[in-house]
Amino acid sequence: MDLFEYQGKEFFAEYGMPISPGELALTTEEAVKAAENLGCPVMVKAQVHTGGRGKAGGVKFAASVDEVSEHAENILGLDINGHIVERLWIEKASDIAEEYYASFTLDRSAKKHLGMLSAEGGVEIETVAEENPEAIARIWVDPVEGLSEGNCRNWVKEAALPEQALEGAVEILLKLYEAYVDGDADLVEINPLILTEDGRVHVLDAKVTLDSNSVFRHENYADFDLTQTRDERETAAHSKGLQYVGLEGEVGVIANGAGLAMSTVDVVNQVGGRPANFLDIGGGANADVMTAALEVINNDPEVRSIFINIFGGITRGEEIANGIIDALDRVEMRSPIVIRLDGTNADEGRAILEPHLSETLQVAPTMLEGAEQAVALAKGMNNQ
Amino acid sequence: MSIFVNSETKVIYQGLTGSQGKYYGLLNRDYGTKVVAGTNPKKAGTDVEGIPIFANVAEAVEETGATASCIFIPAPGVRSAVLEAAQGGVDFIVAITEGVPAHDEALFYNQLRKDFPNVQLLGPNCPGIISPGECNIGITAGHIALPGGPVGIVSRSGTLTYQALHELKEKGIGCTTCVGIGGDPVPGTSFIDCLAAFEADPETKAVMMIGEIGGSAEEEAAEFISNNMTKPISAYIAGVTAPPGKKMGHAGAIVSGGKGTAKAKMEALEDAGVKVGNNPTEAGDLMAEIVSQL
Repeated sequence: MDLFEYQGKEFFAEYGMPISPGELALTTEEAVKAAENLGCPVMVKAQVHTGGRGKAGGVKFAASVDEVSEHAENILGLDINGHIVERLWIEKASDIAEEYYASFTLDRSAKKHLGMLSAEGGVEIETVAEENPEAIARIWVDPVEGLSEGNCRNWVKEAALPEQALEGAVEILLKLYEAYVDGDADLVEINPLILTEDGRVHVLDAKVTLDSNSVFRHENYADFDLTQTRDERETAAHSKGLQYVGLEGEVGVIANGAGLAMSTVDVVNQVGGRPANFLDIGGGANADVMTAALEVINNDPEVRSIFINIFGGITRGEEIANGIIDALDRVEMRSPIVIRLDGTNADEGRAILEPHLSETLQVAPTMLEGAEQAVALAKGMNNQ
Repeated sequence: MSIFVNSETKVIYQGLTGSQGKYYGLLNRDYGTKVVAGTNPKKAGTDVEGIPIFANVAEAVEETGATASCIFIPAPGVRSAVLEAAQGGVDFIVAITEGVPAHDEALFYNQLRKDFPNVQLLGPNCPGIISPGECNIGITAGHIALPGGPVGIVSRSGTLTYQALHELKEKGIGCTTCVGIGGDPVPGTSFIDCLAAFEADPETKAVMMIGEIGGSAEEEAAEFISNNMTKPISAYIAGVTAPPGKKMGHAGAIVSGGKGTAKAKMEALEDAGVKVGNNPTEAGDLMAEIVSQL
């Protein structure tokens, strides 16, 4: 789950990190009111789940309430990398002396937590990593041992932050690590972490991704789920508990298991088609989940054909076939369907499908042929 | 022969009294796995279809001599279940449960390395392990696998593992052991652990490997292969056409910042001498070719 900047800052504040006072605004009027409450100058900042806000004109300095109004008007509705701005964060402006970068994430190769700190903040860290890799000080933290103050201090020194930022940086980084672990974050990033003109180290931006598997021990995370950016199809699928990712093509894909679903998307592409989605219905493939999956795909106006690719393991072919037939009784389909059913009792399953087959409900013996048939149907050709 | 588990392996099921644990525990027993015990502190002294339930893994090990444990505990309890198993004295732990927080995985992975260096953890979020005809621990349908070798399988994906077993069985090719390592960010057992074990196993003559986008496990495996493997390998990587930044079902399956793409993984494996197929069927065909030349 990705947090907006303002949510990330509230999250950091719970762990005692210094953030600037600010208010959320959904309209220009609210932005003006927030600025009046806070007192100018303020920053007007677009809240979107993507980077590059500054370059896209989504972050503006406002010296007066009139300027706040003007910027809010311009930024609301702005398209930043395909994300439409619906929220603004109005924040008290800071006097910046220096900008740094700090983050924690999991290093999957080392199987340890990785902290990155750089005196060159305020720019994309990927750029720093590429052009000046030695400007990033890295620390690997064993999850069992945690981050000690001594190690943290050495890390800050290695990153060559100036002496006057040392104590403030150590304090914030220890809290950042605590927030990262205690809050079950996949990523916590502060860019920039700033030194103010009056010598304080301060959090000026917040990028936080939380592990959705940890919701059971963080009840309040359910609120963050409500503000995730999803397209309409993804929202519908999510509400039915399906693993769905919207793509741009015409062939709807349904498969059981994430790997097989990914593989099905690949194969549709390989035979010259364009998949409309990734959809994993999980292991069971019963009538209820199949109905939900067909409904989601049926509501996608771009879909021209559907490829159902099911491998029966513990779930037998007969059960899967009955589930599909049952689901087709419940949903009136707009597009023709190709089914590839394999694995346990596949022959028995295909026998159940047999009397229902037609131009618009076909079976295929293999994954590859199934993809070919579905792509041909999507292109308006019938290869039978 | 096989790796990690065989017909002699005695297994404890943590969570045998739950619905999933009971269902798969009994299926595994029907397959021939030596399911010797279950654990549940509240139901110690009872049994599940004749399988005795103990209060904890240590007691179960003492009474039965079990060396392996299979975890069917809900995600919130997996962290303590893994540590309980290691402390209880088993040396092979299979954690089937999905949805375990990444911080828990990182914590118990490192805890095991430090305090129980001889314990091998498989998973979490994996289908388990099957040495066909000998032992099946987890949720793989036993009858889709043909016993006898000569191929060992290691896979990051559940259903694609089944697909691989199926492709080989259709061609009359058997499997020594099939290990599903799971698609989570910190898998207890890596490709490299399995490749090393297959290399050392005299019955395994070739290895089929199924990877997917995200992380760098396949690239690390490629490096290991070029330095250490003498046995031929075929591979398939799922997610060639996955868009960057989107999670494809598995927590690990995400292309970020241009890293972890299928293309890079396929190239690394090809450079290491692995025969890489564009889909599971092609990888199966490549393996059939390898087997015919053994």
